[in-house]
Amino acid sequence: MESLPITIDSVSKSYGTYVALDDVSLDIQAGEFLTLLGPSGSGKTTLLMALAGFVRPDSGKLLLGDRDITRLAPNKRDIGIVFQNYALFPHMNVLANVAYPLALRKMPKAEARRRALDTLARVKLEGLSERNIAALSGGQRQRVALARAIVFEPRVMLMDEPLSALDKNLRETMQYEIRRLHDDLGITTIYVTHDQREALIMSDRIAVMNSGRIQQIDTPQRIYDRPSTRFVAEFMGEANIVAPGLVRRIDGADASRATLMIRAESFHLDEKLVGRDGIALEGTLRAKAFRGENWLLTLALDGGGQEVLVCIPAALASGCGELATGQRVTAYAPAAKVHPLPETIA
Amino acid sequence: MTATADPALAADALRERRFFLSLSLPALFIVGLAAILPILWIIRQSFLTTGGEYTFGNYEKVLSSGLTWSALVTTLELSLATLAICILLGTPLALALASARPRVANVLMAFVMLPLWTSILVRTYGWLVLLRRDGLINAALTGSGLTAEPLPLVYNFTGTLIGMVHYMLPLFLLPVYAAMRDIDANLIRASSSMGASLGQVIRTVILPLSAGGIFSGSTIVFIYTIGFFITPAVLGGGKVNPLSTRIERTLSTFQDWGSASVLGILLLIVMAMIGVMFLAARRLSTRNGAAHA
Repeated sequence: MESLPITIDSVSKSYGTYVALDDVSLDIQAGEFLTLLGPSGSGKTTLLMALAGFVRPDSGKLLLGDRDITRLAPNKRDIGIVFQNYALFPHMNVLANVAYPLALRKMPKAEARRRALDTLARVKLEGLSERNIAALSGGQRQRVALARAIVFEPRVMLMDEPLSALDKNLRETMQYEIRRLHDDLGITTIYVTHDQREALIMSDRIAVMNSGRIQQIDTPQRIYDRPSTRFVAEFMGEANIVAPGLVRRIDGADASRATLMIRAESFHLDEKLVGRDGIALEGTLRAKAFRGENWLLTLALDGGGQEVLVCIPAALASGCGELATGQRVTAYAPAAKVHPLPETIA
Repeated sequence: MTATADPALAADALRERRFFLSLSLPALFIVGLAAILPILWIIRQSFLTTGGEYTFGNYEKVLSSGLTWSALVTTLELSLATLAICILLGTPLALALASARPRVANVLMAFVMLPLWTSILVRTYGWLVLLRRDGLINAALTGSGLTAEPLPLVYNFTGTLIGMVHYMLPLFLLPVYAAMRDIDANLIRASSSMGASLGQVIRTVILPLSAGGIFSGSTIVFIYTIGFFITPAVLGGGKVNPLSTRIERTLSTFQDWGSASVLGILLLIVMAMIGVMFLAARRLSTRNGAAHA
């Protein structure tokens, strides 16, 4: 199956005074798995629906390969879509749902049936082809929706929070299966989610959106470790944004003048675990919580009282249980994990 | 192991169910008084001579009369024609309303509902003003030279049909509109994204999913129109005689309660048969709909 790159060129969309998409540009490579990540109202679903053809942009261009699809009708775009609520046809059984796009293309019945059954086997739904949609579990419906979106070999696949209605365990299984399916088919995929873990696990690249704009687009690891804005830093995980004056270098050299982003889990309580070029933060313990795999400590820093979250893996935190609130604590972080926020560098 | 049921709790449950059932008693009482009793009385009347003796004569007289059968045919013709036009006009209108933006849909809906707030008599005479030989429509047609002679729009089948469609369209529209509005917009998007043209979306998704509403609307139209009286009486000009006007004439002209009762029972039977047919058709269609594409 030939997959195509997607180009989103300065696309804007407003509803009255509300700006849903604010001059968004984005290039997605052929065969890439790209996630649009953001809180609700950030514009990610609007962007997806614009690509599908259900939202008409006010301005800008959308290209599939080198074909301009900005004004193309949705049914001519050849894009497979998995909807948040699955959007399975309740008046058709599983097989008819999956064979539906083939029937629209006037494929002979026997061949359409064979193709639909093959695709159902691919998403591990053998033997359920004659079931009614109402008789399926949430996970099975999800698989039918997947099968229906890929059976007609579209060149692009769009997924709108497809796993948000599933419970946690099933969601994790499906994350790996969707990714595996993507790798098998090599189909260009744009995936929308508000779950940052899901985005990290599944994506080649993540585009973080907020208020109709793309804040940052990069690989999961770089988005997580090297966020370019405070919003991205905080949206991706437990981030501490620390003003320059509150930090000291362990070796006594001058500390950075930029505002720093340090993830809660980058800290250690043992100076020896951090190199000489690492940093130290001193404060008093405000609160502590045991979260199973780790301890979460809240420190109030000396000089201003800014609170910092420190996350210590339970396996390394033998002393955490004995710490009492009000006690003095010093947290250390290695230089590699201390990230100056670009937006704050003048 | 299940524990032994506590009889006190079971009694509570029973009392609760009885209380809710008892709420239906006032309505049941009215229905019994206003509907069941008169029907029983009509059935009894149909077997009585004017002298008050039991007889099958009324049935023989009515069922052997050509007028009865032509009235039945007229009744069915009017109902079927009204239904057909309601489906043809109402289904696209419902689709337009269901896909319009909420505010536009509300305004359009108010226009559709307007006739329902007006008395049927006022509306029927309103049509008379519009449709008669020197009425507004014919005046416009002849005045503009579109037709040389006024068109026979009223005091005939056409006029009756216009009046009946006008009355029934909102009642047909409501259930169809409700069914279409309830269709998840994502189903239509999904269908379209997989390559369906607008026509294919309507045929494979919208119509099957609003079939229930269309059936309900059709049932309402049929049941109502079978017993229509004022519209044929006024707009039919004596030339359109369904069962309802025959019943009225039998009573007002001949004071023949026995024959009128037989005609009434005939009307009831036709209505019941059509009701059963609609139910059967509906059951059949939902069963098929679930099984195939």
